[in-house]
Formats: sequence, structure tokens, C-alpha cells
Amino acid sequence: MTKIIVDGIEIEVPAEYTLLQACEQAGAEIPRFCYHERLSIAGNCRMCLVEIKGAPKPVASCAWGVRDCRPGPNGEPPEISTKSATVKKAREGVMEFLLINHPLDCPICDQGGECDLQDQAMAYGVDSTRFHENKRAVEDKYIGPLVQTWMNRCIHCTRCIRFVTEVAGVPDLGAIGRGEDMEITSYLEKAMSSELQSNVTDLCPVGALTSKPYAYNARPWELTKTESVDVMDAVGSAIRVDSRGREVMRVLPRVNEAINEEWISDKTRHIADGLRRQRLDRPYIRENGKLRAASWPEAFAAIAKAVSAAKPDRIGAIAGDLAAVEEMFALKSLMDALGVKNLDARQDGTVLDPAHGRASYVFNPTIEGIEDADAILIVGSNPRLEASLVNVRIRKRWRMAPLPIGVIGEKVDLTYDYAHLGAGPDTLAEIVSGKHSFAKALKAAERPLIIVGQGALTRADSAAILALAAKAAKAFGAVAEDWNGFGVLHTAASRVGALDLGFVPGEGGLDAKAMAAAGALDVLFLLGADEIDVAPGAFVTYQGTHGDRGAHRADVILPGATYTEKSGLYVNTEGRVQLANRAAFPPGEAREDWAVLRALSDALGSRLPFDNLAQLREKLVAAHPHFAEIDAIAQADGAAALAALAKLPGKPLNEPFASPVTDFYLTNPIARASTVMAECSALASGARREAAE
Amino acid sequence: MAVRRLASDDVQPDSFSFTPKTKAWTKELVAKYPEGREASAVIPLLWRVQGDCGGWLPRKALEAVADRLAMPYIRVFEVATFYTMFNLEPVGKFYIQMCGTTPCMLCGSNEIRKVLEERIGPANHVTADGMFSWIEVECLGACCNAPMVQINDDYYEDLTPESFNKLLDDLAAGRPVKTGPQSERRTSEPEGDVKTLTDPALFDGSVVGSWRKRFEEAAARAALKNEEAPEPAPATLKPAKPDAGRAVVRPVADAPAQKAAELEAEEKEVAAKLAALPKTATPEEKANAIGARPEGLKKPRGGKADDLKKIDGVGPANEAKLNALGVYHYDQIADWDRAQILWVGAFLSFAGRIDREGWVAQARELASKNKS
Repeated sequence: MTKIIVDGIEIEVPAEYTLLQACEQAGAEIPRFCYHERLSIAGNCRMCLVEIKGAPKPVASCAWGVRDCRPGPNGEPPEISTKSATVKKAREGVMEFLLINHPLDCPICDQGGECDLQDQAMAYGVDSTRFHENKRAVEDKYIGPLVQTWMNRCIHCTRCIRFVTEVAGVPDLGAIGRGEDMEITSYLEKAMSSELQSNVTDLCPVGALTSKPYAYNARPWELTKTESVDVMDAVGSAIRVDSRGREVMRVLPRVNEAINEEWISDKTRHIADGLRRQRLDRPYIRENGKLRAASWPEAFAAIAKAVSAAKPDRIGAIAGDLAAVEEMFALKSLMDALGVKNLDARQDGTVLDPAHGRASYVFNPTIEGIEDADAILIVGSNPRLEASLVNVRIRKRWRMAPLPIGVIGEKVDLTYDYAHLGAGPDTLAEIVSGKHSFAKALKAAERPLIIVGQGALTRADSAAILALAAKAAKAFGAVAEDWNGFGVLHTAASRVGALDLGFVPGEGGLDAKAMAAAGALDVLFLLGADEIDVAPGAFVTYQGTHGDRGAHRADVILPGATYTEKSGLYVNTEGRVQLANRAAFPPGEAREDWAVLRALSDALGSRLPFDNLAQLREKLVAAHPHFAEIDAIAQADGAAALAALAKLPGKPLNEPFASPVTDFYLTNPIARASTVMAECSALASGARREAAE
Repeated sequence: MAVRRLASDDVQPDSFSFTPKTKAWTKELVAKYPEGREASAVIPLLWRVQGDCGGWLPRKALEAVADRLAMPYIRVFEVATFYTMFNLEPVGKFYIQMCGTTPCMLCGSNEIRKVLEERIGPANHVTADGMFSWIEVECLGACCNAPMVQINDDYYEDLTPESFNKLLDDLAAGRPVKTGPQSERRTSEPEGDVKTLTDPALFDGSVVGSWRKRFEEAAARAALKNEEAPEPAPATLKPAKPDAGRAVVRPVADAPAQKAAELEAEEKEVAAKLAALPKTATPEEKANAIGARPEGLKKPRGGKADDLKKIDGVGPANEAKLNALGVYHYDQIADWDRAQILWVGAFLSFAGRIDREGWVAQARELASKNKS
């Protein structure tokens, strides 16, 4: 620790701090454009100038280390001034230069109201210009369907370049030309190919990069901001949902160091239009093969008729990937009351089961814990598509200091260097037996991390693969006292919550695949389950939000609420319980899903024992106490879970792993309803075709 | 400077491949850099490829360089657009870079430009036969031979419109041309008559050693004078600066710190002397022990004493005591030496105060005022 005096306040900071960090610690506010704490230091905007006592001129505090400051003549700590007249004058000068070429188009700029340049011009700007030449004019660039460019506004902070190069790991952007002619662009204006590209709109301190889908939609001050969590994947990124009236206008990231830092994927961000399109806004009943609009009582009566005609073992329920814990709990309670054992939330047929213990199906090391790992083995997963922000963490860890990373599965670009060990379970078996060369790296590691993806767990031989992975974890000491390096990477936001609830077949019950098979059931409840094809025959009740696959098959449709329209608990892949808040109301006659199920239970004659969400949660917490601890991960016994998994029977087949996420942009009904996602998907598949050629 | 873009698609070649020579050269080049830092070779490689491609960089060549060095295309594109030495558009077989910076302009580069515009057309325009294109550049560092142009890799200097026209004719016709100055001049020697360093003695060797000779003569004269004097001891060789390069602390006489240190030493000495005296010693005895009594006057000169109270630190009591010592005038105080200061200080039981308050200096000033 080093002593330093900032504006007369003496503080102690680590010597490797920059002056900017030291000043912030002392409570001084430093304006900045190019500096960003998660990106490398560029030092090119010069807005963060401060005065060091003894230095001949102001220095850029973001690029000046505390240890680079000279002490006073008698060894006094260096003195920094952030408020002196010199500093103010210097910053005003910088601001004047920045504004020389910046257009005065704030009234038509989408960044207006949340613009760093606007805000700082209030503090350091002057009211008139001394520049009487022409302003620089720059052609706008095409850099993809998500980011709109207004290159006249660019102040060359290079945050966007540094983000795509460092964090996203897909160096698409660059600065061409020099001096006044410097321009930010992608190579020959190709679309950016990162699944995190939209974060550059948040990073851009001016209105040069703005959101294309959100262009001219709203002003920030008109929006109601609701803090929530994302359900597009099982990572559970922290988001802020901005809504105006009944409509969700946009989704922005929130900082959550444990999960997404401050990034979100493009799917998380640009899903907003999918929340409006193809919505189910009233109940429907199928008559003579055609769906007709119906009232709630009609729909309930139709279901009651079907249920009363069926025996409990001919009834089943499947929960989808976007369902919150509350409605799954309500559905399970209802099915329990009806004596139904055919329950499943694992549409993809994953073999994970709560019977093996909680540690057997969550991402035990935690996302933040990836930074502590010193060797990583990825089995049957493409984390870049399945959990983009987990991939960002792995890349972050890899950038800190390269570590051995091995992948068994598809050979894809994960944005970091890795050893492609093999394609299928035989490689995994080789590693477990210690014959493979990568086994040495895992053995040498103190905190090895083994990531098992759904690509390995949704196959016929998945039990055996899971057993192999558990054996590997055991063999390489992945589970120790203070480290559990066995992590299951989920793709569905509802999955861990469902497994926590025990939303799996009861004794003698059918699993999802069996339920969907022809002739298995008479009545099937689908709670937002769109990723499964139900064979003709059964009477299908689809409760969900979008006119997607499930609704097409349904005999009765009950309109529900999306994750932005209800307050609900979600458990992410780490097992972290998080609360999504309601930002808007469901459209038309659609209702929150737990309330629909409560009303349905009445119609079925087995009324659920709660009348509001608070009572439901009370019951839920009574049955599963860990749901009460929001944002926390309940402790789980890793060693016991591994032992249970290692005993799983079966013999692995010699078939390569394939990621369940083939199209990143179209993984759920909301995404499939979004035109923005459709455009991204088309672009990405075009790029894939091009790459294949 | 202007915005630089790749050439339009209709002039871009369909393919590019490294020549075998360049390939081998690249291998050597890349080997110079540590593993993982191959991208460092981008500038030399682009330069080489530009030479291979007829003086400009087609898109395919950029991409080939990027692939060769495992760089993203945009990184190579950044470098190629940053440096104006990389041409992104086709150039003529003879690519003329005309210097238009002030020295060349003063010596007539505007005439050269006119020739270029007449013969080739506007800048960045390739003649129909593909032989010539030109561009104006900033100083090429050959101002002594202004005006000048660079054609491909060579400088052509001291141009006149006539000689430049002839040069272009020769190039177009494939005749051999002379690089460097196109006038009679050799390299950057003076034009016409030599005006400086004209003394032939400078060049015949007679000047060399003339100073030494003078020293030898002076030494001989001195030796003649001191014939009887004993042989001087051989001078011991001393380094010019014995402590050169070492940190040496030398006392600086006038520095405040130095002064303070001296005073402190003196105070210690005084204190030691006083401690040696018996306790019953009178102020006078004490004063005698450490200093010398200043000589006093019996009465003030001209019967009128100076107002000693004007000295900061001298009040009525001290004035009376000083008067009792026979001190009536500023100049008397101004003349006190060190011993006397000590004596008076001890006598008045004001050790050190006279120095601190600067009585002597004050008195000197007042005395000089009195005189004027």
C-alpha cells in the first residue's frame, strides 16, 4: 500500500492502482470517455487530466500509476489535485477539442439523456465555439443489424474496439486511417460476428454506436426501469427492463460481478420485440381441428372435461424452459393433488436427476469461480452459444494467464485457444483412465474445472457419460474441501429450479420423451414447453405466451405471462436463486401463470391452497427452504453427488457430441417471435455457410 | 491526407499469392520475432508485397498477409491505411512523389508540379499507358538539392522544368537516367563557386599541428628563463574530475542550511565555554570568556546618539545597556565582528539573538541611511 494525497485527503492505495482509481477511492469524481475498468487502458481521450504537485503539466490519471508518482522533496506522499483551476481549464480545453468535430445533433440523437459527452459538457463545456472551420464528416458504417452507427459523433475513444478484441474475443472492429481521418469500422463493413456485439452500444460514451432495433423508440426519461434477470439462457444475467406503458422497450445489462459483470448477450438484449409479436392474448379451444377464441371458463371447462375422463396415470405435465419456479410449483402441486406421477421439466431428455443430490446438476464452481480454475475440461458443450457469459469468464481467465483448456466435442471457435481432445465419449474415457496426454494437465492442476454440457447429457448413453465425467472429477481432484470443479452447464433458465422442485417423474412416472410419444397419455399439460414434439392422440393443454410449436399442437391454449410480465424466481445454472420482477403487464386476457393454474385448479375441483403470490411463496419456501435466499447459492455436498453419479450404469456409445444450441438466436419461443433475432439468425447462418465453403 | 480506402473492385485482382522469393524472405523475417509475436512482421511484409504488386496493395494481398501472420484482417487494414507509404490504389510504373514542402516550393517545385499536371494529369491519376502517376508529399529531407522528386526508390534532385521533362522522357523511353542531382552539381556540394573554407592552407597539411607548435615554442622560452631553477617535479597525473560520476556532497557556503549548521556548532562551543565558568560569574565575565568587548565611546559623537531602538530587537532597556557599553551609533554596531557579537550577546544574556534578529545588518542599513 502506498500513501497518496488527493485533494488534501491522505489515503492508502495499492501501488499498482492508477491515479484515476486512487482518486475515485478518495471520493473524487474523474470524468472520462476512453477509460473503462473492464477494458485495457487507452489513455486517448485526455478527459481525466489531474494535476500532480511537481509535474510540469496535467497528466492523464487513467494511464498514470500511483507508483509512478514522485514523492515530495522530503519524502511526503505525492499530492494530486482534481479540482484545481489548472485541472478545470485543462479539461475544458479537452472538451472543446472533442466538441470541435462532434455534431450538435443531441435533439435527434438516441443517446440523448444518457450520453456521457452531454453530461460532461454540462460540467466542462463552453457555450460557444471558437472553431470556424468545417466540421469533419464521416460516412456511417454498416457493422451489423444490431448496432447503428453515426460516425460523425464518434470521439475515437476506442472502447468498442477494445471490447470486441478483449472481452468478446472476436476482433471485428478497428480504427483505420489516422489523425483527423481516423474512422472506426469493421473490415470492409462486414457485420460483427460476436454474440456480445451490442454491448458496444452501452460502452459508447456518445451516440456514435446506438441500438438499431431501438432506434427512435423512446427517450430514457420516459422509461420505467425494472431490475430483473434474464431467462434466455441458464446464466441468469442481471438485466434492467425499460418499459413504457405496457410495452417493454429495451433490455439493458445490470452489473452483477458474480454472473455477467456488466455484459449481456445480444439475445438477452434484443429480445424485446419478441415480447410483443405472436403473443397469445386470450384462451383458445380447438374445435373440428381449428383453434377458436374462447373465454377462460370455456377453456377451463374443456380441460376439466378431458381430465375427468382420464385416469391419473394417463395424465402428464411438462414444464418448459422459461417457466418460473412459482408456476412449476403450482403445476406440481396441482398434479400431486390429481395423483399424477407423470411430471417432467427436461424436454431435451437430459439425465440429470435431483435424486443424485443438488451438486450433481448445478455449476458448482460458480461463474466467478472460473477465474480461480487452473485447468479446464469442457465436455460436450459449446459454451459460447449455450452460455455466452460463462464463455466470457473462461476467456477472461484465459487472458489473465493461459491455462490448459481441453474440449471434447465440436471443434468451434470459442474465442480462446484450447486443445481439441476429441469428439466423443471415448476421449473422455481415455482421459479418465489417464492414458490421454491432457490427463497430465488436469492432474497437475490444483483447481481443475470440468464443464459438462447438455450436448453430452441428452443422449441415449448420457448416464454413462455423466458417470465418466464424475469419475474424471474424482480422479483429478476436482472436488476438494474448498473447491468443487464439477460443473453442469444448463441451457434452460427453468431447469435448475425445476430439478430443485423435483419436477421429475414420480415413482413409475413417464419422462418427457415417453409422455410425448403416441398413445402414452390422454391429457398432457404443457407449461410453456415448446421444444418437444407431442405425438397426436393426447388432449394437450398449452399454457404459454407465444403462438409457437406448443400452441400449434394444443387443444386448449391458456395465455400466460413472459418473464418481464410476472414476478418469478429463477435458479441459474450455478444454483443461484434470483428474482425476476414485473416490468409490464401481460397482453389482453393473459394472466400470470401461477394465477392461471390456481384458477384451473378450482375448475378441476382440487383448489390449490394459496390465493396470492405471497402465500404461494410461503408454501414454496416451506417445502424448499433454499428458495428464500435470493441471490445466494445453497451449499451442496459435492463429494456425495460425485459418488452417486459415478455409479450410474451404462456403456458410452462412440458417437460425437453435438451442442443442443444449433441456432443461438432462436432457442426459445420469445426469440423465435423476434424479427431482430430472425435477422441475426439469417446473418449467422449465412456466415456459417460462407465459413463452410 | 485524406480518407484512405481500398481501391474499387474493378481494379482489384482476383487473386494473390506470394512469390517464391517473398515466401522464403517472409519465413526469415517472421523468424526474427518471438513466437506469438509474428504480427510484428506486418510492416516489412506489407512493404515487400507492395513491391511485388507493382507499388500498391490489392485487397487480396492484404488478406494474404493477414492470413500469413495470423492476424485479423482489420488489424492489417488498420496498418495499411495508417501509413501513407502503403498505396491502396494502383500507381504507375514510375511512381513520382513530388516534394512540395517550403524549401522545395521556394526553389521552384510549383514549376515541377505544373510539368506533372501537364504530362500526367492530376495527382493519383495513372497515365493511360500505366507508366506514370504522381503524388505530392511532405519533405523528403533533400532540401539542399531542392526541388526534388522521388521516383520509385530513387531521388532526382536539382530539377528544372527542362531537366525534369527530359528525365520523364528518358524514363518513358526506357533510356538510362542519372539519379541524384540533375544539374552539374555533385551530390550536395555547393552550387557554383566555393565561398567558404577557401584558404588553401586548410588543405595542404600545414595547418595541422600549428597550435601544438606554438605551445612547444612557449615552453622553450620559459625553460630558457628558468635555467637555474630546479627541475620541476614531474606532475602527478590527476583525473580531471576525480569524483566524476560519483555522488559527492559538497558544502555550499551560502546555503541557508549550511549557515544554520555553522551557527549551531558555534552555539555548542559557546555553551561549553559558559558551562566551564563558575555559576557566580557576572555577565561580563561570561562575555569575556567567549568573545571580545567592543570598544566603546565615552560619549556620543557630536553629543547626539543614534536611536538604537530603530533596530528590531533593541528596546529601551537594551539601548540603555548598549549606551552603558559606550555604543551610541549604528556604525559601531555595524562594525562588530564575530567575537564582539558573541561578547555582546553573552553580556546581554541574549545568546544568538543578535544573529537571529540581524542587528548588525539592520545597523548597517540604518548607518548608510544616516550618511545619506
